[in-house]
Amino acid sequence: MDLVGLLGFNVFTGVATLALITLGLGVIYGMMRIINLAHGEFMMLGAYTAVVAVDAGVNIWVAMLVLPPLIVGLIGLLIERAVIRFLYGRMMDTMLATWGISLGLIGLVTTLYGNVVRGVSTPVGSFEIGRYGASLYSLVIIAAALAALGGMLALLRLTRFGLILRATMQNPRMAAALGVSPDRIYMATFALGAGLAGLAGGVLAPISGVSPAMGAAYIARAFITVLGGGPAIITGTGLAASLFGTINELVAFRTTPVIGDVVLLLAAVLLIRVLPQGITGRYLRRSL
Amino acid sequence: MSDPMISRRSALRIGAMAAGTVAMPFFARNGLAAEPIKLGSLLDGTGALGLEGKRMIETTEYAVDLINKAGGLLGRPVKIIAYDTQSNMQLYTQYAQQLALKEKVDVIQGGITSASREAIRPILGRSKTLYFYNTQYEGGVCDRNVFCTGTTPAQTVNHLVDYALKTWGKKAYIVAADYNYGHITASWMTKFMKEGGGSILGTDFFPLDVTNFSSAISRIQQAQPELVLSALVGANHSGFYRQWDAAGMKGRIPVGSSVFGLGDELTTMDASTTNGIVTCYGWYNNLPAPKSVAFVKGMQAKFGADVTDLSELDTATYDGIMLWAEGVKKAGTVEREAVIAALESGISYEGPTGTVTMDGATHHTIRNTYLARPKDKAWDLLATFPDQFPSDTGGACDLLKNPRTSKQFTPDLKG
Repeated sequence: MDLVGLLGFNVFTGVATLALITLGLGVIYGMMRIINLAHGEFMMLGAYTAVVAVDAGVNIWVAMLVLPPLIVGLIGLLIERAVIRFLYGRMMDTMLATWGISLGLIGLVTTLYGNVVRGVSTPVGSFEIGRYGASLYSLVIIAAALAALGGMLALLRLTRFGLILRATMQNPRMAAALGVSPDRIYMATFALGAGLAGLAGGVLAPISGVSPAMGAAYIARAFITVLGGGPAIITGTGLAASLFGTINELVAFRTTPVIGDVVLLLAAVLLIRVLPQGITGRYLRRSL
Repeated sequence: MSDPMISRRSALRIGAMAAGTVAMPFFARNGLAAEPIKLGSLLDGTGALGLEGKRMIETTEYAVDLINKAGGLLGRPVKIIAYDTQSNMQLYTQYAQQLALKEKVDVIQGGITSASREAIRPILGRSKTLYFYNTQYEGGVCDRNVFCTGTTPAQTVNHLVDYALKTWGKKAYIVAADYNYGHITASWMTKFMKEGGGSILGTDFFPLDVTNFSSAISRIQQAQPELVLSALVGANHSGFYRQWDAAGMKGRIPVGSSVFGLGDELTTMDASTTNGIVTCYGWYNNLPAPKSVAFVKGMQAKFGADVTDLSELDTATYDGIMLWAEGVKKAGTVEREAVIAALESGISYEGPTGTVTMDGATHHTIRNTYLARPKDKAWDLLATFPDQFPSDTGGACDLLKNPRTSKQFTPDLKG
């Protein structure tokens, strides 16, 4: 019974982690059809922001939850203005450009902070599930993922900005005809996606080794989850993360993490074969 | 607009300058009384292994500096010809050929990962270039052309397991990196545990890009071992120790590791995460012996006070160069056969780690090893094991009797 509790808790954590690392990518891909290969590096920048801020004496919660999305969002904004905005509608070119940016960011951070593993300590302790120990910090990850998904949902559904965002996504020309500047909206969306990636990096910093190349370890799963989720960004991310996260955690527990990843990939291949448009391409099509 | 054409005079001038530059080494060589001895260095100064490699490169410079300040070898200065292999296997083979065939160096010191060693070992064997491999590794290389100065599992992992069996219990769980180092080290851990009357409840291997260890930690908890042995490697795997601590496992199940702390774990991780993880290496940076203190002081004087992360990788590099120098002195020449014969005669010298003796039969070092655990970001020395013999091949490797052997022995679990 204790074990079931621990496993259930791990599954929730796995799902939350997956949702958190995917959301930023989903926003950029879902809204603008840009495959952002620098997503992992945006996470890495978020993690570095947290580490540097904690070292500078900033409160750890501010350093993890507030600063990374702001700073990485700002960096995303700069990159969008400098590079991405010239490439809208050219998928191959944006892939190449963002890949170049990702290599550049890894090089830059290596030059600035060295090729070393850094980290911050987890701010909360552990608790007991029966005779098993589990990390309280997992609750922080779950809360952060719920807050990010809920926040995005509220933003898209309840605010005027969200309405304009959805309109631009559906039909940029019509939106432009009604006085909206798609250029501005794209800029804001890219910064938003980058900020969410930064948040993921900041939240995951205490439980992973923070190094310039850390993004590579997350990016593949994020892409699979976005593709599996389909066009509805929030529902899709949530559903795909729940499906893949559960499969991965359970299989990894029964066998090894390697087999866990293999089965996750197999599940993704099957899903894309059956639902080429992702889960929300067939079901819940009117959701966000 | 300037004239784009090169006039005849300027062409002549450029030509003369170029000829002079090309001929320069020739003049310079004749100008000096003694031609320098060439020491080739192949280490990763940049890339994934740059952190470790940078210090090893600095150690190489420091050791050669000391030799030259003491008058060089055989009255000749020693010159380093170093290439940065950039954590790239292809560059290892390319630069090894360049050093051996073009520069015709007298010895090559270097290689960090076992993969890089295996990439260049055959090249240097074919070109008959003496090779020193200076890192702690999984042991078992048996090759007349190669001398290994780092510690091997028979010198370290056995003590780690021994300590674990005596202090913690008999039931162990092994977590290791999924490549040759992790697999071979896990085999050693299993072998030593079983020989000591213990049992292994499970062994999990993790590719180097695994970051989420929650399922692994749950599996370990379910198996309920009395101790965990880790051969996890690299930046992503450092997450294991953080997540282990975060799950509150730190106080419940003790951890011993064969690699922890060789990088910068002690300076970058929280004391609560690192405290108490027991390790066994050939050297720790706060050993009180005078030679050890002098090594750290000397490195800091040359490269700055921030050189606080020296490890066994660096002292083994130092040992490699110094043992080679002793061999050259004894042989009276840098000629390969004579130096190998001198080294096989059982050369010994006093270094930062204590007395280091080259074992002629295995081409590995007989050296002291130490057991220690981190305590508030410094090493707390638990035990010293003097003159440990590199018995990894169990007597199967005898290069004095069978000089033509060239293979790597791995532990036999059936035996």
